[in-house]
Amino acid sequence: MIIAKHLTKHYGKNAALNDVSFAIEAGESVALWGANGAGKTTTLRCLLGVQGFEGELTVNAIDVCKNSKVARAAIGYVPQEAAFYDMTVLETLHFYARLKKAPAQRVSMVLLQVQLEEHAAKRVNMLSGGMKQRLALAVALLADPPVLVLDEPTANLDVKAQRDFIHSVQNLNQAGKTIVFSSHRLDEVVALGTRVLVLADGSLTLECQPHELAEKLGLHRWLRIWVAAHHKQDTRKVLDEGGFTYMPNGRSFYVQVNLGGKIEPLRSLEAASIPVEDFDLIDGELVLQGANHD
Amino acid sequence: MTEFANIRTIARKELRDAMRNRWFIVFTIAFAGLALALSALIQPGGTQFRMMSFSRTAASLINLVLLFVPLIGLTLGSANLAGDRETGALVYLLAQPVNRVEVLLGKYLGMAGALLATLTLGFGVAGVGLALQGGIQDAGGYLLTVILAYFLALAMLSLGFLMSTLAQKTAAALGGALFMWLFLVFIGDLGIMGTAVSMQLPIEVVFFIAILNPLQMFKIASILTIQANLEVLGPAGLYATDQFGDLLLPLLLLGLVIWTVVPILGAVALFSHQEKFILKGSMR
Repeated sequence: MIIAKHLTKHYGKNAALNDVSFAIEAGESVALWGANGAGKTTTLRCLLGVQGFEGELTVNAIDVCKNSKVARAAIGYVPQEAAFYDMTVLETLHFYARLKKAPAQRVSMVLLQVQLEEHAAKRVNMLSGGMKQRLALAVALLADPPVLVLDEPTANLDVKAQRDFIHSVQNLNQAGKTIVFSSHRLDEVVALGTRVLVLADGSLTLECQPHELAEKLGLHRWLRIWVAAHHKQDTRKVLDEGGFTYMPNGRSFYVQVNLGGKIEPLRSLEAASIPVEDFDLIDGELVLQGANHD
Repeated sequence: MTEFANIRTIARKELRDAMRNRWFIVFTIAFAGLALALSALIQPGGTQFRMMSFSRTAASLINLVLLFVPLIGLTLGSANLAGDRETGALVYLLAQPVNRVEVLLGKYLGMAGALLATLTLGFGVAGVGLALQGGIQDAGGYLLTVILAYFLALAMLSLGFLMSTLAQKTAAALGGALFMWLFLVFIGDLGIMGTAVSMQLPIEVVFFIAILNPLQMFKIASILTIQANLEVLGPAGLYATDQFGDLLLPLLLLGLVIWTVVPILGAVALFSHQEKFILKGSMR
């Protein structure tokens, strides 16, 4: 469905992409993983044909370099934060439907699909962040394209909206859509991806299954647990006895967990009758930044 | 391949956006109100004067057009692309199955439609008022002035779009547009007059320098539509009448067309090749 050969992109002297090659089969859901500046967004821009590049790139057998407009017709695009014009939801969908040559009846179909039919008459700027992302997904689905390109689609959403959005995209993938998405959230990659392409400094450095990613990159997740001040000592003792790696941080503790054992520290504290006031799951890099500031 | 259907879709959206834009509404009301006020003030009451009322109103409206139309054309044009680039709406639009020529022309034609509708309303209100009062014998000259105002509006909008493709931020684009407006309306005239006096330029040079300014083209052409000669413009006007005769009006009209076409073609050429500029900061 998507074939990239020796994809290279320079901004002045800086190489944003350096000889990147990959192939994505129809029906796959492939994550582009990498830190900021790794080349994820540049790769997606190349797929969309909104910027020039060296190398070869085909989407649905269409040469993106030679015919980017036709290639874009085969792609539904959901950005991190779609910037819509000042229109109602319905007007927005009709506007993009005309550009995508989608029949007018597709508008009501996609509204139903993303569960925005009750908000059709609302102005877009009245929608929540989650609803705006669902609208962007609806726009992407208007012409029923075989490929969906998502650029960190849940980065600005709350937990519930993230879950709902991921669920919607999972359903689309199961229905046969080919998905390419960028992310630096491990849970999103595991939930949504069938394969991961790891980018670093514009180069493709690793290709693996989502469940292998944490181990191969040495990534950890941290559970941040808040306990009452008078339980801090007992909490240290329980975490020590359980063999957990942890960092105290004010009234909270960062406890290193693996993907399958997120609940373990909570269970140990419960067994020791230490009430947990709150908790959060955080990427390792954030914990290190937080610890440095502590 | 550029598709007219996409240009039309984008143009319709731009037209609708403009109609909802409060500054545009304020401009429309102000222009129509002033045009109506001018037409009412020019009604002197006597039958003889009524016969000439269209020409007199057109003459008054020329000054109104010279001030208002460049301001609104330049600012609307310059804010359009730069604004969309700043919000990220432009790159989202370009990620759809459209090409850049369709986007730029669609936006231009939509804004042009809105601007021409405003002028039609302003001139129309004044014209209907005059027609209801009496004579319509000189309505032809009035209509020609309206058509010239259309071309001036399109030329200013083209310049605004060109500036919009060159500026990265809306504030810079608007700043450039206001400077351009000041230059064309005030500084350009004063500069020519000052240069002509200090350097004692020949009259034909003064005339040719003057008509490099599209506002001067409009002014001279408009005066020609409501009176046969350019005596009112002094020696430069007499020189133009002697030199070009009946060809002067078509030449000035051609000049306005060139001022419309060249900047928008320049904007299309720049917009089609300025990838990094379009994407910078907008595809978060």
